[in-house]
Amino acid sequence: MDILTYALGALSPLNLGLALVGVAAGIIIGALPGLSATMAVAVLVPVTFGMSPESALIMLGAIYTGAIYGGSYSAILVNTPGTPSAIATTFDGFPMAKRGDGDLAVTLSTLASVTGGLVGVLALLTVAPLLAQVALSFGPVEYFWLAVFGLTLISALSEGSTLKGFMGAGFGLLLSTIGVAVVGGDTRYTFGSQVLLGGIEIVSALIGLYCIPVLIDLVATPEAHLKIEEEQRGIRLREGLGLAWLGKLNLLRSASIGTLVAILPGAGGSIASLVSYSEARRASHEPKTFGKGNPQGVLATEAANNATVGGGFIPTLVLGIPGTPPDAVILGALLVQGFRTGPELFTTNASITYTFVAGLFLATCLLLPLGLLIGRYAFKSIITIPKALLVPTIAFMTVIGTYAIRNSASDVVIMLVLGVVGWGLNRYGFRPSPIVLGLILGPIAEQGFVQGFLMGRASGSLSMTFFGSPISITIIALSVLSVFYPVIKARWAQRRGRVQGDDSHQEASS
Amino acid sequence: MRVSLSHALVTGISIALVSALSTMASADEFPSHDVQYVIPFGPGGESDISARLQQKYFEEITGEQLVVQYMPGGGGAVGWSQLNDKSADGYTIMGSNLPHIILKPMGKDVGFQTDDLNNFFYFHYSPDAILVRNDSPFETLDDLIQAAEEAPGAVTLSGSGTYSANDVANTRFQQLAGVTTTYIPFKGTGAAVTALLGGQVQAEWGYTTVAANHQDKVRMLAVATEERHPLFPDVPTFKELGYDMVGGAYRGMAVPEGTPEETQQRLSDIFQQINENPDFQQEMQDLGFVLMDVPLDEMPDFMAEQRQTYEATARELGLID
Repeated sequence: MDILTYALGALSPLNLGLALVGVAAGIIIGALPGLSATMAVAVLVPVTFGMSPESALIMLGAIYTGAIYGGSYSAILVNTPGTPSAIATTFDGFPMAKRGDGDLAVTLSTLASVTGGLVGVLALLTVAPLLAQVALSFGPVEYFWLAVFGLTLISALSEGSTLKGFMGAGFGLLLSTIGVAVVGGDTRYTFGSQVLLGGIEIVSALIGLYCIPVLIDLVATPEAHLKIEEEQRGIRLREGLGLAWLGKLNLLRSASIGTLVAILPGAGGSIASLVSYSEARRASHEPKTFGKGNPQGVLATEAANNATVGGGFIPTLVLGIPGTPPDAVILGALLVQGFRTGPELFTTNASITYTFVAGLFLATCLLLPLGLLIGRYAFKSIITIPKALLVPTIAFMTVIGTYAIRNSASDVVIMLVLGVVGWGLNRYGFRPSPIVLGLILGPIAEQGFVQGFLMGRASGSLSMTFFGSPISITIIALSVLSVFYPVIKARWAQRRGRVQGDDSHQEASS
Repeated sequence: MRVSLSHALVTGISIALVSALSTMASADEFPSHDVQYVIPFGPGGESDISARLQQKYFEEITGEQLVVQYMPGGGGAVGWSQLNDKSADGYTIMGSNLPHIILKPMGKDVGFQTDDLNNFFYFHYSPDAILVRNDSPFETLDDLIQAAEEAPGAVTLSGSGTYSANDVANTRFQQLAGVTTTYIPFKGTGAAVTALLGGQVQAEWGYTTVAANHQDKVRMLAVATEERHPLFPDVPTFKELGYDMVGGAYRGMAVPEGTPEETQQRLSDIFQQINENPDFQQEMQDLGFVLMDVPLDEMPDFMAEQRQTYEATARELGLID
């Protein structure tokens, strides 16, 4: 009952208005490549100091929700994930847009984001304290194995040659070692240059590797950016709802994966959306169409990454350990407002917490109308702007966006170099996703390994440390399965084919 | 995409207009417009939180905004190596952190030297502390020391980063107590405390701020302050227990090279005034920070002293010969 009262508090006209503005602003910021959810939230923090804590939290939650969703626009329409958690959205979203189904992809992404967001918020509301314990049972060794598992997903994700996928990931792992090492403090592979000192920033690598090749191809080929259909089809909501209903299991599975993975601080949205994408593909009857514009691929990743919003708040609010970078900023804002995280947030300060959760719920619901509206406008402007204007506009945005990540001109240089390198590699069949995956997972694996090694040496048993816990063994088993899955599946298909062959033979003879 | 671009343009133009107008309004008194406060770390950390607390009082005193920005990378090195390229008019200040600015440039080129930073005010520190879980068998610091004596290297302590405040504290502690522990570096204090809460390590090198944040789950064995922290009257200081350790992560502000002396003095005065505000003091104390005043004229002595202390530890760490 209490919760209902707080929910009604969130619905005051002022708060409703703030949520509306927050979601809309979040969508626009998230849609621009380089302007991330973290930045959207950080920019807003000082503005919220003048507000009541409830309104402040509602607005922060709204802009965060909007920004995570907005990242799908640039992923679908210009093949550039606005945030790392939208990487997998490019796999099917951009091919869909290319063949003229961009409007449908945006609608699907909206429906999936709303579903995923609601599942995440529901988990936050009901089972947060329980799930928070999961975050604590993941130590350095478990993170190491999780990163290894993430790398094995490449075999499932890479279209074409698996070998090239692994080579790309290796390249990404090497790139991740550049700069000052967190564990060990050594300066590595900077060749004495200041440019490389800060390492390669993941979002600038995303922009370089995904967006620059698209721009180069746009300039190099005479065709239009996206195929344009003559007839006006609106937002194709009915078609989208139909596809979403077909993929309801997929949506629920992806949203659950998103919630669970987001609970692990540091792993976050990128791993969540990749895992749910590969699971959707594995469960599908037509896995070959994934990566070529299968609507279920868009549904899976977008449901997962919006579920990370609610999921990530679970360790943030219960343990005071931020699940994702934007959570860290919101946690900071909470501290400045004078709130402590922990059990108090669910007892003495329950009103604040439940108002916040209700605000997230509200923001997620607002995504539906606002997303469909803004999404339609974004799609229309992308297809109607002449190429001569589109290319410089996007190019300008990539440079500004990259610079804005940490006010660094070095990042812009790195982004441009990676873009040209990525374009070249693409021509030889190396896709950007394995490279980025290596870049994201490299530090997690390295730190986990070194920390686990130190722990093992202190306890006197390295093998027990690395292979002792049930979680580690489970993740190792999953990794092995993931690597050999294509082989096993081929074997099955062969056998089934033979059995079917026998059947038809018998039928024929009888 | 087009709508957002035009929005950005409109916003940009209006910001430019407003700032141009306010510059014209009064040019004699510093500050006459917004001051940019660059934090060389990402948002959400302690540098950010303490800067956010200063913001409000800065506006109260000067009537101008203190705009917090971030320039993370290389553990602060990316920001500090670019500080002197910024305009030296006092309208750009940057967060400055000890021991980072001393330890980072030691023995390697990270793009800046300790002397490159013109610190004008240091305002607080997060005191070092050893934290354990509530259910830990270590009841006192002596328990931990005894365990480390019985099996050298078997006691594991997590902490944030290598050659960092935590790493330095651990090295000094090992020296003073004559024991060997295993220090395990993590990326940031959040990850280090997660490892403690999850039971992957036996203790953590953290700060009073961490204990303030996780009061229900952890307790401190000792804190590196001169006197007991008002928030934790039951926790002894290292000094009381016979180990001469006072320190932690100190935070202040620096300006680009060539900023006029009077502007630096004015900035130093403003931030000293903020430190004297009882509301600010209370807010900082509740978060576990300890305030201190190192104004412009005391800065050279303070830095020289800190440098001596950290150089001794750096020798122990093998950072320099």
